[in-house]
Amino acid sequence: MNKTVNHNAWFMVLPVVILVAFSAIIPLMTVVNYSVQDTFGRNQFFPVGLEWFKEILYSDRLWGSFQRQLIFSAIILAIQIPLGIIIALNMPKKGFWVPVCLVLMSLPLLIPWNVVGTIWQIFGRVDIGLLGYTLSNLGIDYNYTQDTLDAWITLIIMDVWHWTSLVALLAYAGLKSIPGAYYQAAKIDQASRWKVFRHIELPKMQGVLMIAILLRFMDSFMIYTEPFVVTGGGPGSSTNFLSIDLVNMAINQFNLGPAAAYSIMYYLVILLICYVFYTVMTNIDERNGV
Amino acid sequence: MGWMAWTLETAIFFGVIAAILIFMSFLAIRYPEMPRRGILRIETTRGDRLFITLLGSAFINLIWLGLEVGPQPYALLICLAYGVAVFRWV
Repeated sequence: MNKTVNHNAWFMVLPVVILVAFSAIIPLMTVVNYSVQDTFGRNQFFPVGLEWFKEILYSDRLWGSFQRQLIFSAIILAIQIPLGIIIALNMPKKGFWVPVCLVLMSLPLLIPWNVVGTIWQIFGRVDIGLLGYTLSNLGIDYNYTQDTLDAWITLIIMDVWHWTSLVALLAYAGLKSIPGAYYQAAKIDQASRWKVFRHIELPKMQGVLMIAILLRFMDSFMIYTEPFVVTGGGPGSSTNFLSIDLVNMAINQFNLGPAAAYSIMYYLVILLICYVFYTVMTNIDERNGV
Repeated sequence: MGWMAWTLETAIFFGVIAAILIFMSFLAIRYPEMPRRGILRIETTRGDRLFITLLGSAFINLIWLGLEVGPQPYALLICLAYGVAVFRWV
């Protein structure tokens, strides 16, 4: 069959191009413009060349936040992905409990970020919060506003509480799509539970797990609201993640130039990681013939 | 345009990128192509290779600046070599 080549259809995407330009490309260009200039407000700018990039690259502040951010994301992934899979494996496959489980699982996902932050902020308080009060009465020295480790543990448990359901639901959807014939074949071969998981369930879940990892990585790498509400970046700067640091710089200190340079580097890192993930994902799909 | 705080350098920067995109669009219409597999063993079109080149160039420039290798314009030469390598082998 001979298809006629007609590139005029490309003009149909013009409205989207205009929308994206208005909401993303033009603001991004403005950020690039800011990053090579200094300003004291009133829309007056003074060119400074690459000074801000240099300053940010040499500042311990950026590298500290970047390091903390990477550690945070790594811990989040290391806990949430295996935990989500384990939960999904143990969820009922049919019957009365399926909808009950699904609704209960999706509840944390429906709560807005700042509300989750507020819940945990109060929950962890030593004077009135259930968790903090119980722990301190058990004789455990717990105080997330003063102790770095406690602050980190609180943030991580909060994120696990908030987002593990997402991984579990995705993994559950992946599990449900495996035809029963695979399990029957495994049974005939007397495959152990581990082998069924390793050679049937895990490969079949690969696609959804990649999406889960990507989503959880991006969300945890850009996390802002919850740590902002719970710890505000403290104690000291021990939970000052990249977004929190960036907002402090751009809005609280009105250092538009350095903040612009900062956000461009932040953006480049995210762009790189997303591209790698996306390429790996599409290549896995191609190999599996999806 | 005043609120966007343009400088000559950033205008040239975006102008060059826009020119490359227009040139690539022209190439795509004039000489249609098939995706191919290179040393990264991923399927790439010209557009993918351009993206890899631009993203890599950004990091090359940052590393050049961060390690104080030399005057910044020379980093562009490395980027050019990198870009040629990407278009040839990836």
